[in-house]
Amino acid sequence: MRISAWILLASSLITTQAIAAPDPADWHAVEEQAAGQTVYWHAWGGDANTNAYIEWVADRLANQHDIELVHVKVDDASSVVSRVLAEKSAGNDDEGAVDLIWINGENFASMKASDLLFGPFAERLPHFPLTRPDEHPEMRTDFTVPTEGLEVPWGRAQLTFYYDSERVETPPRDIDELLEWVQENPGRFSYPQVPNFLGTTFLKQALISLAEDKEALYGPVEDADFETVTAPLWNYLDALHPYLWREGRRFPESGSAMQRLMGDGELTLTFTFNPSSPAAAVADNQLPPSTRSYQLEGGTLGNVHFVAIPFNASHKAGAMVTANFLLSPEAQAHKQDIDVWGDPTVLDVSKLDSEAREAFADSQEVPAALSPEDTAETLAEPHPSWTERLEEEWLTRYGNR
Amino acid sequence: MTHSLRNRLFFQSVRIAPWLAMALLIVPVAGGLAGIIGPAFGWLPALDGHALGLAPWRTLFRQPGLLDMVGLSLFTALTSSLGALLQVVLLLGALLESRIFRLIQRLLSPLLAVPHAAAAIGIGFLLTPSGLASRLLSPWLTGWDHPPDYLFPGDPYGASLILGLMAKELPFLLLMSLAALPQCQAREHLHVARTLGYSSLTAFLKGVLPNLYPLIRLPVYAVIVFASATVDVAMILGPSNPTTLAVSVVRWLNDPDLSRRFMASAAALTQLGVTLTALLIWWLGERLVIKLSSGWLTNGQRRHADTCLACLASGLIWFMLTLLGASLLGLILWSLAGYWPFPQAWPWPLTADNWRSATDNALSLLGQTSLIAVTATLLSLTVVVGCLESEIQYRRRMRPRSQLILYLPLLVPPVAFLFGLVQLQAQWRLAPGWFAVTLGHMLFVLPYVFLSLSESYRHLDPRWAQVAVSLQASPLEVFWRIRLPLLTVPLLVATAVGFAVSVGQFLPTLLLGAGRVTTLTTEAVSLAGGGDRRLTAVYALLQLTLPAIGFGLAIGLPRLLLRNRRDLQPS
Repeated sequence: MRISAWILLASSLITTQAIAAPDPADWHAVEEQAAGQTVYWHAWGGDANTNAYIEWVADRLANQHDIELVHVKVDDASSVVSRVLAEKSAGNDDEGAVDLIWINGENFASMKASDLLFGPFAERLPHFPLTRPDEHPEMRTDFTVPTEGLEVPWGRAQLTFYYDSERVETPPRDIDELLEWVQENPGRFSYPQVPNFLGTTFLKQALISLAEDKEALYGPVEDADFETVTAPLWNYLDALHPYLWREGRRFPESGSAMQRLMGDGELTLTFTFNPSSPAAAVADNQLPPSTRSYQLEGGTLGNVHFVAIPFNASHKAGAMVTANFLLSPEAQAHKQDIDVWGDPTVLDVSKLDSEAREAFADSQEVPAALSPEDTAETLAEPHPSWTERLEEEWLTRYGNR
Repeated sequence: MTHSLRNRLFFQSVRIAPWLAMALLIVPVAGGLAGIIGPAFGWLPALDGHALGLAPWRTLFRQPGLLDMVGLSLFTALTSSLGALLQVVLLLGALLESRIFRLIQRLLSPLLAVPHAAAAIGIGFLLTPSGLASRLLSPWLTGWDHPPDYLFPGDPYGASLILGLMAKELPFLLLMSLAALPQCQAREHLHVARTLGYSSLTAFLKGVLPNLYPLIRLPVYAVIVFASATVDVAMILGPSNPTTLAVSVVRWLNDPDLSRRFMASAAALTQLGVTLTALLIWWLGERLVIKLSSGWLTNGQRRHADTCLACLASGLIWFMLTLLGASLLGLILWSLAGYWPFPQAWPWPLTADNWRSATDNALSLLGQTSLIAVTATLLSLTVVVGCLESEIQYRRRMRPRSQLILYLPLLVPPVAFLFGLVQLQAQWRLAPGWFAVTLGHMLFVLPYVFLSLSESYRHLDPRWAQVAVSLQASPLEVFWRIRLPLLTVPLLVATAVGFAVSVGQFLPTLLLGAGRVTTLTTEAVSLAGGGDRRLTAVYALLQLTLPAIGFGLAIGLPRLLLRNRRDLQPS
């Protein structure tokens, strides 16, 4: 009660200038308003290649649009959600610290439900039509939740396995083979500690392959018989865990920690969500030159990752111009370059004009990169409500040993 | 400005200094704690929490592994603190008067400057199955062609965490004890005990320790609090399944499911309880030792397995020194390595690529880190000197209770109050950025600067001032031209301590800077969880260099500035 009085007092003392939210329909006006703004982009900062790419974006924005882009490196997007929430609870409705967020499906669902996002604006960005959303519905859904113009697609990801070909002759090609392989090669495979998103992705991948009622996964978990649907998954994990790295008593923190363990030779088979990261890591001396990548037969989970603008961002015009630039063929092609970052584009390259298409052409042949014959179809993410239930159940079963 | 006006201003600033210090420390800590109590009982209007109740606690108690987390936090905190204290006692008792002690002291003191995160990263790199230690022994001794599959660091009992904490607490407690020894007339007591035929270790245990311990009790408590609530060290070296409570609290507070914020606040309060419990257990232990040892102290026995304990003491201390030395070597090697497969013990060819690719970012982080550290340290130093000067001007030592307040931020786990503080920060519209971070750092810098400076300041021979006053010097002149120059060395050391403390801060930087402020520490910790050992090593080394430069200056400058005043130079 005291605190709310404080908030009232604070907000009444500070006169807030209401700046009309820029309308992307008048793009020229948006660009004009954006010039001279400083945009604070909160994005995961744990990967040197990604960070270097964002620096490149900052250079281009400074030159082309007179925008100063500041990369706020966060280790977890959820801490950004906390900040926006704290600002909302303090009555800060138009001077937010965060202008743009690189967001994942779970955080998006949470921010959307709490009305913490600005928009809809995404579909009115000049470059958005290049993604051909009518032919690629994944540009409009994030973990099955409709984006409704609140976030802008930025890149793609698909679960991809990689192994050291000097120590592994024939890698397992599906989830059942994986169990056999791990039992024959104890201690050389693991998955990240749930609730790390890659760890949870592994659970979902296994669940999709093992579940009998796959339809149920694409609706809210409350409507499904959770125990029956997931029973095969827990049986599978019970059989798998004793043969994992450290006998399943400890799990790597993240995908990049697993990459480090591959580099150290502790693991010989692991996986990532970025199909080109193994090749990039070999070039960077982080993985053995004998590394090879592939995807499981029958398809692996994949999704699109997005950027969004908080409802109280101080520099919405600058953030929109930034988001639009991220969607430009120039920025998307640079991002997909394996020497830069290797994050696959969200644009429909086949529909671009020939000049723009050229920029996306494959550079050289890299042995560690995913070859077309090892590529499998993309499976859609289950409804986000499954994520939380799976994580909770996993923690109850394996979290306290 | 006239003479008298200047004097008046001096007196007034000195008079308000203690109050300023109290306000700077109490307001954020108390405010931060208040900021989590509301949500812990269901009150957080922004999330539609309008009903007070115990629901957050019920959710918390349903969390799997909660008891294990609490137990792990208590166990690692108490074991590491006890281990460090025992080592300090053995070291002082067995080796204080030996020649080797000076060497050990010289080797240990710089370790105080090593930030916790850098030490933890180094130890982790050394002892992990593919680390330098196992590479040096493989395959010729172990037969390992590939890294073995053992669970260390990160073992479920927290042994690696205890080791990492001990390695950092040992030098801290040792230096605190060395500073306190003259106060309890250790040399005189030892001398008397030795002439009565007590062997050196027994003489120390019976003649000095009972007087020494009360003087280092507060630092020991600070060590326990730190160990029970550390986040960065536990993230790097601690077990992951379950983690210590503090790590889970941070994770819950950052959970994307916003409704977890209530439970997380309850967990933060629980952390406070865990820390208090650790202190209570320790306090009960103290009572028990006092009760059990009273007969032993006066039984007149002159020796107690002295040789054995002395061997143990030097064995332990050399183990710790080797551990840290090898960790440092490992960091240097990783920072220069290209692809470095197991079991090669030496990366070849060496490359400067890792350093080169880090240069741009590292330089800006060095600047940012130093700016914050220098500002926080100088502000803290000003306030602390003001407090100590007011003791002299008003001939009144700070009461023990006010002293306790100075140590408040060291005695309340940061996890418990920093999140509430972020809430307050938003309400006061203090923009997250380097200024807020600097103020946050002061919470931790100020107590250490006080701890480091107070004894020298209080024990400065008052006759210098009396002579100056009798020669018509005003109090301001005495302060400015007599007291401060005489205290050059302690002032510089306090500055270096404050600087090192600020450089090492992780949680306050992360939270109050809203991630916008990156320092070498936040960068090193976030990289440590990632995939790149080489880059992590580069940042850990940089993080370690900065305080080392600070201490180097603190020792080197007086030799230059005071080359004509031999007795003021550091010994």
